Amino acid sequence: MSEAALVFDRGRAHRLLIVPPLFEEMNRTRRLLAETMRRLDGAGIDGFLPDLPGCNESPQAFEAQNLDTWRGAMARAAQHFGATHVLAVRGGALVFPGALPGWIYEPAKAAGLLRQMLRARIVAARELGSDEDSARLIEHGRVHGLELAGYRFGAAMLADLETAIPVNTGQREIRQSGLDGGALWLRSEPGESPEQADALAQIIASEIAA
Amino acid sequence: MTELSADDTDPILRGVLRDVLGLDAARAAALGPDSGLFGALPELDSMAVASLLTEMEDRFDFVIDDDEVDGDLLETFGSLLAFARGKRAAA
Repeated sequence: MSEAALVFDRGRAHRLLIVPPLFEEMNRTRRLLAETMRRLDGAGIDGFLPDLPGCNESPQAFEAQNLDTWRGAMARAAQHFGATHVLAVRGGALVFPGALPGWIYEPAKAAGLLRQMLRARIVAARELGSDEDSARLIEHGRVHGLELAGYRFGAAMLADLETAIPVNTGQREIRQSGLDGGALWLRSEPGESPEQADALAQIIASEIAA
Repeated sequence: MTELSADDTDPILRGVLRDVLGLDAARAAALGPDSGLFGALPELDSMAVASLLTEMEDRFDFVIDDDEVDGDLLETFGSLLAFARGKRAAA
C-alpha cells in the first residue's frame, strides 16, 4: 500500500530520510522537521519525511501496526527514495533503517513513551472521577489492545513498546543541549523554532559533506 | 540546612514548565508559590501533565508512582515544588 511523504527531491547526491518521532511527539515536531528539510533543500540536500503506516494520511489501520511493520515501512521508504543518509528522531530511533549512515536526535526508549501515554490516560480518567492504573491497563492491553493518546494500540504494538530500546549502528547522536532551546516534543501545543531548525540543518549539512 | 541554599529544585522545575508549556522566560520566572497550574493553565491538559511528570523524572532522576499523581500535586507551582523537593530528599 502506498504511503504519503513530505518530499524535497531535486535528484541530488545527498538524500536524507527522516524517520519521525512516534505518536503525539510526531505532531509536535512536524513543523520543526519540515522547516529543517526546507533549509537542507536550500543547502543542496534532498529530504524525505514519510508517514508511518497508520499515522497522518496513511490509508492503513493504526491498530494493525507494530514496531516491525514500521521498520519494514521505513526500510522500503529508504529504498524507494534512494536515501543515502538517515535522521532518526526520538522514537524514530526504534524503527529506522540502521544500515544508513546519519544521525539520531535524542533517541527515546519505547517504555518511556508508553509510560507517558499511560500516565496521560490515568490523569484524564482521574479528572472524570474514575480510577485507573498502569499495571491494570497494560494487563488488559496485552490481550485486548488499548486506547492511548487518541490511538487504538493493538496488543502487538503494546508488547513491542514494553521492551524496545533504540539501537545505534554508528550514527552520530545529536543532543538537545546542542540546539538552542527546549525540546519541541515536550510542548503541550505544537510549536516551532526557526533557531532549532537552523541548528539542526547546520549540523546535517556540515557533516553530510565530511 | 546549608543544603537549602544550594537547592536547585526551583530553577529546574521552572525549566521543565517552560519547556512543556512553551512559556517565555518572563512568564516562567513570574510563577510564584500560589500560581495555579492544573485547571488554571489551559495548556496543561492530561497529555501535558504526563509530559511534565515524565520530564521531571528525567531531570530530577526520581520515579513518580501512579498513586502520587492527584489533583493536589498539580494545583499550584508551590505544591509541585514541595513535592519535587520531598522526592529529592527521599531519594
